Amino acid sequence: MADQSEQLRDAVAVAAAGNQALYIRGGDSKRDVCGRACAAPALEVGGHTGILDYEPDELVLSARAGTRISELQQALDEYNQVLPFEPPVYAGRATLGGTLACNLSGPARPWLGSIRDAVLGVQIINGQAQLLNFGGKVMKNVAGYDVSRLQAGALGTLGVITQVHLKVMPRPEATLTLAYEMPALRALDIMRTRAGQPKPVTGACWVGGRLYLRLSGAQSAVQHTARQWGGDPVAADIWEQLREQQHPFFTGDAPLWRLSIAPGAALAKGVSQCLDWGGAQRWMRGDLQGYTPPPGAHMSLFAGGDRNSEVRGELEPVQQQLQQRLKNAFDPQGILNPGRLYSWMT
Amino acid sequence: MANELTEATRQKLLSRLRQILPADCLVSDRESQRPFECDGLALYRELPLLVALPETTEQVQAVLRCCHDLQVPVVARGSGTGLCAGAMPHPEGVLLGLSKLNRIIEIDPLSRSARVQPGVTNLAITAAAAPYGFYYAPDPSSQIACSIGGNVAENSGGVHCLKYGLTVHNLLSMEMLTVEGERVALGSSGLDSPGYDLMALVTGSEGLLGIVTEVTVKLLPLPETAKVIMAGFDSIRAAGDAVGAVIAAGIIPAGLEMMDALAVQAAEDFARAGYPREAAAVLLCELDGTAEEVDQHINAVKDIFARHGASTLRVSASEAERELLWKGRKSAFPAVGRISADYYCMDGTIPRSQVSHVLEEIARLSAKYQLRCANVFHAGDGNLHPLIMFDGGCVEQIQRAEQFGAEILELSVAVGGCITGEHGVGLEKLAQMQSQFSTGELHQFEDIKAAFDPTLTLNPGKGIPILKRCQEYRALPGRHQHG
Ligand SMILES: Cc1cc2nc3c(=O)[nH]c(=O)nc-3n(C[C@H](O)[C@H](O)[C@H](O)COP(=O)(O)OP(=O)(O)OC[C@H]3O[C@@H](n4cnc5c(N)ncnc54)[C@H](O)[C@@H]3O)c2cc1C
Repeated sequence: MADQSEQLRDAVAVAAAGNQALYIRGGDSKRDVCGRACAAPALEVGGHTGILDYEPDELVLSARAGTRISELQQALDEYNQVLPFEPPVYAGRATLGGTLACNLSGPARPWLGSIRDAVLGVQIINGQAQLLNFGGKVMKNVAGYDVSRLQAGALGTLGVITQVHLKVMPRPEATLTLAYEMPALRALDIMRTRAGQPKPVTGACWVGGRLYLRLSGAQSAVQHTARQWGGDPVAADIWEQLREQQHPFFTGDAPLWRLSIAPGAALAKGVSQCLDWGGAQRWMRGDLQGYTPPPGAHMSLFAGGDRNSEVRGELEPVQQQLQQRLKNAFDPQGILNPGRLYSWMT
Repeated sequence: MANELTEATRQKLLSRLRQILPADCLVSDRESQRPFECDGLALYRELPLLVALPETTEQVQAVLRCCHDLQVPVVARGSGTGLCAGAMPHPEGVLLGLSKLNRIIEIDPLSRSARVQPGVTNLAITAAAAPYGFYYAPDPSSQIACSIGGNVAENSGGVHCLKYGLTVHNLLSMEMLTVEGERVALGSSGLDSPGYDLMALVTGSEGLLGIVTEVTVKLLPLPETAKVIMAGFDSIRAAGDAVGAVIAAGIIPAGLEMMDALAVQAAEDFARAGYPREAAAVLLCELDGTAEEVDQHINAVKDIFARHGASTLRVSASEAERELLWKGRKSAFPAVGRISADYYCMDGTIPRSQVSHVLEEIARLSAKYQLRCANVFHAGDGNLHPLIMFDGGCVEQIQRAEQFGAEILELSVAVGGCITGEHGVGLEKLAQMQSQFSTGELHQFEDIKAAFDPTLTLNPGKGIPILKRCQEYRALPGRHQHG
C-alpha cells in the first residue's frame, strides 16, 4: 500500500518542463502486446498500489492503478464477488491501470462487458501534470464528458491513470462448460443461434476443432439449459487459457492478429484461427497479407510481428484528425507514451 | 444594433437554408416555432432564429456546413423530452430537429443488432426487434416518445439498467457529423473501437461534440419470463436495507425501484396498480431469465423482503399484472403532474447506503422551502428522482423550487454522488458543475469540447461551463448579443 500520486505528478511535471517523453509502466506485463513499441524512459506506476475502498453491498471497488489484478480478485473472493470482465492476470503481473489502458477483457465480454463497461471513475495525471478526477463511485453519472471510459484502450496516451473506480458483480452461483467436436463453420453457426436464445451463456469459443459453451447463473437455469443443449461437460480451464493466451493456439512466434468483427460476419478462409466472444473476436496467426477484413471490422496486430509498424491499423482522415486533437487536449506536448497507439500521433 | 445584425444573419441563413431544404422543412415564423421553444423542462424557453427539419443525412450535412460558414450556433433536437433544457434553442442559432430521420435501416438477427436513424423512438426499436425474439434493453420511462439520438446524447437509463446497463453499454457503432459537416464512423461492427473510444465520449455529450446521424444498437434475446415483486415497508430505512440485502445475496434483479409515500399515493391514484397507500416506501423488484431461475430468485427475494419487515408482498401472477405493477412506477412523473400544476425533476445519484440519510435531508429541505416533494428512486443503482412540486405561475415559488433543487444536487455530491445520473447537465445544472468538478477538470472538459468544436458552435452554453475561452467566444461573429 503506497500512495505515490504526488511523486508521479512531480515526475510528469519535470518531464513536461523538459519536454521529455515517458513510457508509463505498471507491472510490465503488456509491453509487447496491444500497442506499438515505445522507447521512452519508464515512469513506474507499479508501486502506486492499494485498494482504497471496497463496498460489497454497493458493488463498487476503488483502487490505485498499480494494484495487481490478482490482489483485487483475492479481495473480491472474500465476498463472493468478481471482476465481470475477466481480465488476463498475466502471471500475477497485470495491474488495474494497465488493464484499463489496454481495455483487456476475457471471454464473457459480449455478455458482461469489458473493463470499459465496468469503469465508473478514474483519477489521472494529464500531460500538463494536473491530477484530475472524473466520474465517481456511483453507478450512473452523466455530468461532463465520459473521460473514464475514454481511457479504455487509449494505451496511456491521454494520461497516467492513478486510480480506478469499478463496478463489480456477484460470482454466479453455478458455472458449467460444455464441449462439442465440430468444424469452425458449424461452431460459428451454433454460437450465433444460441447467443440469440434467452439462456445464461457467458462464453462461446471455438479452438482446436472444438466448440466450447459456458453457462453461468442460477443453478437451476444452468442445469436446465445444459440438459437441453447436450454436449460434454468439461473442465473450465479453457476460458483461462483463452484469457491468458496460453492455449497452444497462441504459442510460437507467428504474428498474432486480433479481429474485432460482427458475429454475423463470414469466416475468413485458409487462415489459422480461434473464435472467441461468440464470433465477435477472432484470433489469427501468421502472415495475413492477403486478408482484408470486411468494412466495419477492426484488425490489430496484438502480439509479435513488427511492433514498430502501425499495429492498430489505419484510421479514416476525419477520425484521425479528431483523435489527434483529443490527444492534444490531454497531452499537448505529446510526452505520454509517444507512438504507443499510432506512429503519427504526437 | 445587435438586433439588426441578427436579422441580417437570419436573412442570409434563411436564403441559404431554403436552397438546402424543402419549404415544409423550415420553420421561420414565431408562432410555428412555439412547439420547439423548450424540451421537457419547460422552465427554460427560447425561440431560435430558425427551425430546420431535414429529411436526409445529406441535408443535415448541408445545414451544418452552412451554419459553420456563417458561424451560427446549432442545437440538435430529437423528440424534445429531455429534462435539462439541453435541446432548448439558441436565440441566435438554428434548432436542428432530427425527428424526420426516423427509419429503421436494418435488423441483423445473426449479429443481434439494429441500425437505425437518430429520430427513431426508443420503443420503436424494441417493436421492430420483437418479431426476431429480441429487444433493446435501455428503457427510459419516456420510451414511447424519446429518440435514440436523444438517448445517445444523454446516455439515458431506464428501470432495466441495473442489469443491462445504460445506453453507452448497448451501442455498437454510430455515424456522426462533425461541426464542419464531415462524416465519421465511430465504434465498429465488433465490440472494440479502433484508437480512442470516441463513441463512449460522444455518448452523453449532449449534442456538444457532433450530430449523431445513425446508431447501431445491441439487441438482447427477450427473456423467457419475467416477474415482479411489489413490497410495502413501514420505513424508508427498512426498504433501503432490503435493497442492499438483495444485492448482498448475489442477485442482480432486472429492475429494482423504490417510491416514497407521496409518490406511491400519486402513482396509485393515477394507475390503480394496487400499491399499499399507507406504506412509507414501496419496492418493485423484477427478476427475469429462464423460468427456473426466475422462480428460484423470486423466492429468495421474497424471503429477504419478509425478513426486512415488508408489510405487504405481492408477486405478479401474469404478464398483465406485471405490466400493471410497472405502470404505476413508469407513470410516476405524470401522476405527480396531476397533483401539482408543475413539478421539477431532480436526478442526483448517490451511494445506495446513503438513501435514508438523503431522503431525511430532502424532507427537511421540503419543510424549509415549503414545497412538497415526492421521491422515485432507481434504488438498484442509486439514482434518485425527487419531484419538487410548485406553482409555475408564481415567480417566487419557481425560485424556491430551483433553490431546493440546487441544494439536493449539492447534497448528492456531498454524500459521494453526482449531480446527474441520466438526465444530463444541459442548461439547468451548469452552475452545479462547479460543485462536482475542480477548475482543472472543467478546463479539461473545455479542451475536449474545443478538440471537436473549436468555435463552440454546437449547443453553446450547455453541458459544460466555458471558463478559459470565454472572451474569445464572445468575440466570435454571430455572438454579438451575448458580448
Ligand atoms: C416523462 C418523462 C420520463 C423520462 N424518463 C426518463 C428515464 O427513465 N430515463 C432517462 O434517462 N431519461 C428520462 N427522461 C428524459 C428524456 O426522455 C431523455 O433524456 C431522452 O433521452 C431524451 O431524448 P429526446 O429524443 O427527447 O432528446 P431531446 O430532448 O430532443 O434532446 C436531448 C439532448 O440531446 C441532444 N440531441 C438530440 N438528438 C441528437 C442527435 N441526433 N445528435 C446529437 N445530439 C442530439 C440535444 O441537443 C439535447 O442536448 C424522461 C423524460 C420525461 C419527459
